[in-house]
Amino acid sequence: MNPSAQKTLSVKTLQINGKDVSAREDQTILDVARENGVFIPTLCNLDGLTPVGACRLCLVEVKGSRRLLPACITQVQDNMEVSTNTETLVKYRKMILELLFAERNHVCSVCVSNGHCELQAMAQKLGVDHIRYPYLYPKLAVDASHDRFAVDHNRCILCQRCVRVCDEIEGAHTWDVQGRGTASLVITDLNQPWGTSESCTSCGKCVQVCPTGTLFEKGRASGEMTKREFLPYLTLMREERV
Amino acid sequence: MTPEELHKIAETELEAKQQTQHTLCVCMAAGCVSTHSDKVKESLAQQIEKHGLKETCKVKGVGCMGLCMAGPLVAVEQTGALYQMVAPQDAEEIVKNLGKQPVKRLVCDTTQPFFTRQKKIVLENSGVVDSERIEEYIAAKGYEGLLEALTSMNQAEVVEQVSKSGLRGRGGAGFPTGLKWGTVAKARGERKFVICNGDEGDPGAFMDRSVLESDPHRVLEGMAIGGYAVGASQGYIYVRAEYPLAVKRLKDAIKQAERLGLLGHNIFGTTFSFNIEVRLGAGAFVCGEETALIASVEGKRGQPRPRPPFPAERGLWDCPTLINNVETFANIPPIIRNGGEWFAGIGTEKGKGTKVFALAGAVKNTGLIEVPMGISLREIIFEIGGGIPDGKKFKAVQTGGPSGGCIPEQFLDMQVDYDSLAKVGSIMGSGGMIVMDETSCMVDVAKFFMEFCMTESCGKCVPCRVGTKQMHELLSKITDGTATDENLAMLEELCDVVKNTSLCGLGMTAPNPVVSTLRYFRDEYMAHIHDHRCPAGVCKIGKEQLATV
Repeated sequence: MNPSAQKTLSVKTLQINGKDVSAREDQTILDVARENGVFIPTLCNLDGLTPVGACRLCLVEVKGSRRLLPACITQVQDNMEVSTNTETLVKYRKMILELLFAERNHVCSVCVSNGHCELQAMAQKLGVDHIRYPYLYPKLAVDASHDRFAVDHNRCILCQRCVRVCDEIEGAHTWDVQGRGTASLVITDLNQPWGTSESCTSCGKCVQVCPTGTLFEKGRASGEMTKREFLPYLTLMREERV
Repeated sequence: MTPEELHKIAETELEAKQQTQHTLCVCMAAGCVSTHSDKVKESLAQQIEKHGLKETCKVKGVGCMGLCMAGPLVAVEQTGALYQMVAPQDAEEIVKNLGKQPVKRLVCDTTQPFFTRQKKIVLENSGVVDSERIEEYIAAKGYEGLLEALTSMNQAEVVEQVSKSGLRGRGGAGFPTGLKWGTVAKARGERKFVICNGDEGDPGAFMDRSVLESDPHRVLEGMAIGGYAVGASQGYIYVRAEYPLAVKRLKDAIKQAERLGLLGHNIFGTTFSFNIEVRLGAGAFVCGEETALIASVEGKRGQPRPRPPFPAERGLWDCPTLINNVETFANIPPIIRNGGEWFAGIGTEKGKGTKVFALAGAVKNTGLIEVPMGISLREIIFEIGGGIPDGKKFKAVQTGGPSGGCIPEQFLDMQVDYDSLAKVGSIMGSGGMIVMDETSCMVDVAKFFMEFCMTESCGKCVPCRVGTKQMHELLSKITDGTATDENLAMLEELCDVVKNTSLCGLGMTAPNPVVSTLRYFRDEYMAHIHDHRCPAGVCKIGKEQLATV
């Protein structure tokens, strides 16, 4: 066998919501669903970063599996029968969003990302119109010690996109998570003010990938923080070079 | 080390043993040390010296003897007499009576069911051998399983024996061990690893700690056999830092085994090499979950990742990894020595062998027990455990820690094995068994375990991080007497979402204590909500609550 033949990926066929689709074996359920115009909600996932399966919004039902599987990370298999939008899934997704809104202080009207927030948009899209759980109102700090950026933990949903982009794309690994459970916080270096971080290159990638108003550029007022999508471009460039 | 040298060590040790007339075994596991068994050992040695018995009598530290509530325990090896609650000042009397009638006021009855109803495989050396001396382990057929595996079996035969034994993972989930070994053996990878999970964290559980303190070499031998079977040459044993004694004995044991060539290069002159290193946990319960444990060994934050891929395929540093619990590995040497069929002859159809339980709570005999699978809960609690103290009434038994459930009286005659426990809404778990009497409020118990899960959630996935917090708030409302029926409905709904959408086992099983108490003790929840009273009198509600303000 010549080496190039070994590289060839085999093709799988599966069903998503009853529709037959084909996929390369290295694709995830989410990839294939998107290719075929099937919407699966995601929050922590971002093309170009390693998927972590943390937000649990992309859970789908797969026939024969006892558990719900995260579409962002589950690779396709032949003859898989995937359902992405059952009644149970819709219910769970709404509840997970409710839990997120009740966890910290998501006050959209005064948020820099109002109107450009992925959490807000997802709630609208999935029809979350009430939060039934009691708000936990934690007291969380804002760190504005950096020259250009600030971090407002009140808006953080711990998707870890900033942690991953800083580590995987920028290579600085300035961000990480400290603490456990609801006491978890994203931190810079060894939990020191962002402005004093020695590893931070001030590239701003973390700010651009933040789905909410947690990381933002200074000088933006309510609703003024918009994001650039640079990861798809980077991914594309890398793939083309190969 | 050659096979002859191994047998020579055993012979020398046994000869020395025969020359000793009286051996006093003092329990030096954490339970008895906490009641100063080290001082007892010291004064026993002094008394022997004082009475000029140094030539014929010996004092040695041994591992856990099981009946932790009666510690410090001292046994006379030759006669089998057992002394309980020994104080340093009792030493003289004990030494004086050696070879005569045992000291009556200190004698612990070894004919009681606590001792006679047990079946010891994992704990066969616990309380018998000196855990700090490898020679004693070798004299008790130690490292013979490894010798046999390396010299007269190929890798597939080892896996076959383990499969035949029907051993299932003792960490809690009960995955067939032989199948796991076979999978790792087949997995392709230049390097493979063996990991022993000693991150025991369930409240009230201390099985792994006792095994590591009492018989560390057994675990090392099991790991080495595992390494041979799957083709790994490096092992890691992950122990929580809260077990300093276990860590010390393990590290010493590794050094001793390396010195004798039972670990290291070309063991028994074969091509097989195996090294073991200890890794310490930093106090996170979630690191008992295998993918989080692997992340922790790699030096990363201890967070689980979605499976598949399972560690058998991609584990430590993305290499195929065999990961088993302490008790699972401790079962391996006797299985190899005696054959898989011998092991499969013990226990029930679907649960083979024995299980070690840490018996705690409202029961007379608390301590460490090992029983054959298939024994009933009633036998464990009322015969071995001696029943409920102070004439109180039994209410429930909690198995499986925060991932398990509470089992009420109606299921006491049920056989203990993986499937029957799962059927009644609990799990086998790692072996914690907490007995509760009528003074326990089941809502309060559920709240306790929920608080544990809430604070131990790693925070990665939303349902476990926030869901457990919201459930804890709701349970607190119920125990305060301020909850409504809507709150209860919300609690049940949260149980469902947390169970079905969480990333790892911690979240998936976190609702179990609530679900099982709601299933069997719903009336207690209702009494809190509707009548604003706690039937067990534990929760302070209404007037009492005002009085304490």
